[in-house]
Amino acid sequence: MYDLIVVGGGPAGLAAALSAYENGCEKILIVERDLELGGILNQCIHNGFGLHYFKEELTGPEYAERFIDQLKNTSIEVMLDTIVLEITEDKQVHTMSKENGYQLLQSKAIVLAMGCRERTRGAIQMPGSRPAGILTAGAAQRYVNIEGYMVGKKVVILGSGDIGLIMARRMVLEGAEVLACIELMPYSGGLTRNIVQCLDDFNIPLYLSHTITDVTGKDRLESITMAKVDDKRKPIPGTEQVIDCDTLLLSVGLIPENELSRNVGIQMDQQTRGAMVYENMETSISGIFACGNVLHVHDLVDYVSAESSLAGKAAAEYVQQQNNIAEKDFLTINNGQGISYILPQKIRKENVDKKVDLYYRVNQVYDTCIVSIQHQGEELAKFKRKNLAPGEMETIPLRKKLLDKVDIKELDIVVREA
Amino acid sequence: MYDIIIIGAGIIGTSVAYELAKYQLNICVLEAENDVSVGTTKANSAILHAGYDPKTGSLNAKLNVEGSILAKELCEKLDVPRKQIGSLVIAFSKEDLSTLEALYERGKQNGVADLQLLTAEETLEMEPHLNSEIFGALYAPTAAVVNPWEFALALGETAKINGVEFKFNQRVLDIQEENDFFSVITEKGSFKTKQVINAAGIHAEEIHRLVAPPTFKTIPCRGEYYLLDLEEGETVNHVIFQCPTKAGKGILISPTTHGNIIVGPNAENIAPELINTGADIANTSMGLEQVAKGARLSVPTINLSNSIRNFSGIRANTDREEFVIEKVIDDFYDIAGINSPGLTAAPAIARYLVDLMAEDGLVLTEKETFIDERTRVHFNDASIEEKQKIIKENPDYGRIICRCENITEGDIRQSLRQTLPASSVDGVKRRTIAGMGRCQGGFCGPRVVEIIADELNIAPTEVDLDKLGSRILTGITKEVN
Repeated sequence: MYDLIVVGGGPAGLAAALSAYENGCEKILIVERDLELGGILNQCIHNGFGLHYFKEELTGPEYAERFIDQLKNTSIEVMLDTIVLEITEDKQVHTMSKENGYQLLQSKAIVLAMGCRERTRGAIQMPGSRPAGILTAGAAQRYVNIEGYMVGKKVVILGSGDIGLIMARRMVLEGAEVLACIELMPYSGGLTRNIVQCLDDFNIPLYLSHTITDVTGKDRLESITMAKVDDKRKPIPGTEQVIDCDTLLLSVGLIPENELSRNVGIQMDQQTRGAMVYENMETSISGIFACGNVLHVHDLVDYVSAESSLAGKAAAEYVQQQNNIAEKDFLTINNGQGISYILPQKIRKENVDKKVDLYYRVNQVYDTCIVSIQHQGEELAKFKRKNLAPGEMETIPLRKKLLDKVDIKELDIVVREA
Repeated sequence: MYDIIIIGAGIIGTSVAYELAKYQLNICVLEAENDVSVGTTKANSAILHAGYDPKTGSLNAKLNVEGSILAKELCEKLDVPRKQIGSLVIAFSKEDLSTLEALYERGKQNGVADLQLLTAEETLEMEPHLNSEIFGALYAPTAAVVNPWEFALALGETAKINGVEFKFNQRVLDIQEENDFFSVITEKGSFKTKQVINAAGIHAEEIHRLVAPPTFKTIPCRGEYYLLDLEEGETVNHVIFQCPTKAGKGILISPTTHGNIIVGPNAENIAPELINTGADIANTSMGLEQVAKGARLSVPTINLSNSIRNFSGIRANTDREEFVIEKVIDDFYDIAGINSPGLTAAPAIARYLVDLMAEDGLVLTEKETFIDERTRVHFNDASIEEKQKIIKENPDYGRIICRCENITEGDIRQSLRQTLPASSVDGVKRRTIAGMGRCQGGFCGPRVVEIIADELNIAPTEVDLDKLGSRILTGITKEVN
């Protein structure tokens, strides 16, 4: 019997396990499907990790190493090369591996930290033929950084998500020619610093409001056709340009990987595509917590670590029965005007110490704006923000004071131009 | 010297190979590509039609109804996924209802069992997500869905176990008539045979022309599809057809044997020059738009944004109304123009051809032993105890490679060792469904490449995505270099 089983040994799982341990949880197991801990950080060999969390600039593997090193001084157990096939409401965990076969493990609490996967060509309905040479940026990153293989010589990137931008630079450094980065929206989906450091610094053109309208090639990709789109995102006839290339990397979004969560019946959020969670990252099933990219897609691992520490602490408290929180009243946080998602979605006042950090994304670009916490149209708090974009996750504090002020069941978060 | 060479290893070539493998004959299948079922067989609606569609008294009607029954037996015997989920043809108007009545009568005369005309209420009770404005439906409980490439693979493997040779990457370039045999010349060699069966699908006319002036004209017709995520699996429970009108056969929505939802196809004749350029099986925004529009007529709420893959296939249409199954010259037979319901009819087509050849004098002496069964390891369907046992015997089954579909290393290695083994990533995908799920190989692709390289004893840079030469990797990185 374990106190806590953490599903996934990437940044989220590591931080959650360590935090649970620090908060008094004793028998902890991390189940990781890969051959080593660290998750996707292992293939992120560029730097820029840890600026917020460690106040220094680390590479992905270095960032992971900080956590893995801490594990060594704990009694936290790790099972590598092991998949979790199923979890149950009463916290049974079905695992499978070469070494141990099929096992049923019992735990008191579970933290879900499975991460996310990439959206594929099938999800974006791209016309054209289907030759080799079209792959997701993350798969390409694995081939190049982990396996040591090149995936192409003349490269086009579709989508300006961070992995695509990072891979644009990586491919150039490996001697490939990167001809274009094509983005459907009128703004980039990635971090500004990545646009500057990965595209601008390497003279790679970024085509905003463009899409791919055709792909040719029988066995290997030969060319793509790019066209400008109108404000309804439909290609504008006459703007087509053919780009000869042998490789197309897709960076068109990430989706939390929630098969286990869905199968056990956890309530999901349509917007984040992750679980609905309370203020302490607990899901609709008490004793099951979620954190990291399985909950919502983050831009920075630093935030994953912070969020996962919360989840780990809450799991430890749950195991020690310090708070039986399931039955308490909660209030709901709603996405108002300008907000594409906000998290946590539900808050149990009694559980809030001083404040809850609300993480949100806006659904359009704002230069200067007011993010406001409202109750039935009445503004309870407001925050001035600059340069908000859908590609960057933002945060505002929701203070205990405010929660205590009135008897409220719902709050709306609204953005307006300042 | 072979007794018979079959050109093409699609569902027709493999069906014929299976049927002829029962007899004491020396047979070889020559396939232009690197696997079975890589042409029309792998990209179609995957439906075993009940048989109310073809005109009563036609060859197609006879072969469809017979084929439907044979396919059921074969799938059970040879371990091929098949689900008899029944089909509904939906009427959207009063005129459509009279078309359905005609189809019902035709079906009865064709010998289709258990057909039923349903009211709108009855239909909506069976399929709550259908357009509520429908007028009724024709229900055919004998219609089924099948895994088409596994069907061809099963027939091919059974043929091979019973002595039929398969040669891949052998595109036929010429056929020379000698005194009493043919020399079939491919990219790689020349093969002597007494008889030839042309089952070259979309290329059947080209093969025909190597020995005789054309008797039919190929009119390749593209159909485009969406494949939806397992999450959308509840969209419909039956094969949903639209009532055929002058405008065409409409767009179908159907569960697949694996629980995804398939949506399509439109119909667009394409230039024959496009065949084998990659552009032939490309998707187009117009085609996908047509499919989407048609699908929303049947199920207005269908969630096409949860698509995991688009693809398209080519119907081997000809200028003839019926299948072309006939002798061209002595000892040379065509099976051409096999469009819908060709997948269903395939086993019956094979028998029909064998009868035809026997009439022409082919001596059919049954083999003393004919192995008429095939089983695969179904790790995913096994109980926990069975899984524990399988992993104990072969630990490779304990490691999941494809996370979306829970396909293990054991499954993948098996697909590279089986009777007709995979030789590419897509070959593995067709045999195991690794990479067919929602991440479309994003996670497992690199791992599958590694396993293929290991099993075939080649470098990862030599591993193909699909057809021969469709390399995934272009070299090694600087650091490795």
